[in-house]
Amino acid sequence: MGSVKTVVRVGIADLNIVKEPDTIRTSGLGSCVGVVLYDERRKVAGMVHVMLPDSSLGKGGPLNAAKFADTGIYALMERLKAEGVRPMALKAKIAGGSQMFQFGSSDTVRIGPRNVEAVKQELRRLSIPLVAEDTGGSSGRTIEFDPATGVLNVRTVNQGTKEI
Amino acid sequence: MTTEFTISDMHLDVLKEIGNIGAAHAATSLSELLQRTIDMHVPKVALVSFDDMFELAGGSERVVVGIFLRLEGDLSGSMFFVLPIESANRFIRRLIGDGTFDFSDPSTIREIGVSAMQELGNILSGSYLSALSDFTGLKIYPTVPSLSVDMVGAIVSFGLIEVSHYSDEVIVIDTKIVEVDGNDTSVDGHFFLLPDPPSYVTIFKSLGVM
Repeated sequence: MGSVKTVVRVGIADLNIVKEPDTIRTSGLGSCVGVVLYDERRKVAGMVHVMLPDSSLGKGGPLNAAKFADTGIYALMERLKAEGVRPMALKAKIAGGSQMFQFGSSDTVRIGPRNVEAVKQELRRLSIPLVAEDTGGSSGRTIEFDPATGVLNVRTVNQGTKEI
Repeated sequence: MTTEFTISDMHLDVLKEIGNIGAAHAATSLSELLQRTIDMHVPKVALVSFDDMFELAGGSERVVVGIFLRLEGDLSGSMFFVLPIESANRFIRRLIGDGTFDFSDPSTIREIGVSAMQELGNILSGSYLSALSDFTGLKIYPTVPSLSVDMVGAIVSFGLIEVSHYSDEVIVIDTKIVEVDGNDTSVDGHFFLLPDPPSYVTIFKSLGVM
């Protein structure tokens, strides 16, 4: 028992949750932001891979809540609540929001920093403390969170790996 | 989809046909530049999820050399030229005559190699787009190419930002780049054309299929 660890994968504009001893991971974050919400005591966590800052940017079609900072973080919190996690117990760690290229349409050039700002604003609105971040720059990131330890592992191509 | 029509197999087939014409032009230019026989063809035109799009380019975490251009004019969209590090190194070493050049080692990267890589992107996109322009009568202008050595997901997602405002799926015209060396052929990379959803109608109208 407990010897088999599963890595739960989160795609782009996607969210999921995980319990100890499993870990949760998303790869290839560029301008997108990976947001982890976790309950240290219960060792439960969730991750959302946010692509755009605000759901008001969605132009029709069915709304994928996980795509936007505002709806994505809220939807993740609701998923965790359904697992019996109290919102008061949640903390957050975030990574991503790079500026991969220096040009593009005016909207998309600064999408990374805008995503980071929108994520922080939503966390403040939901009163979830942000305890660590690795954001900005111009590198892609792959992140993996372990709910047992509360550590977020951040890997980049040129700057190695760090734990936050 | 928010486009007011359903994308059918017929639409995708037409895009594949244009893709192949563009690819043939681009392959000729590339072969001349590299003095090697380069073949380019379109194995796939499909409406795919963003995660599937990364898979086509080698997987979200795979480290590649990516060249990105935005398209402006009568239609808008993104173009990517994605090469494995080894293939990009081989092309650039040949072009600049420097056997030590290595995209995975920043200390060896010289400006001239980066410029050569961007020029490769210019030539590919230029010949591809002129074929597309001739065929559709649409004026299409690429921006200056921008280069990044990083994970597929990080690079390609940047070109999906515009699409993501409308949809969770994208029409991808995937062009395989193959180097023919004697009897040996190696897949050297992919060239992706991702029109922004508002341009779907423009393209299909110009081709007389709607």
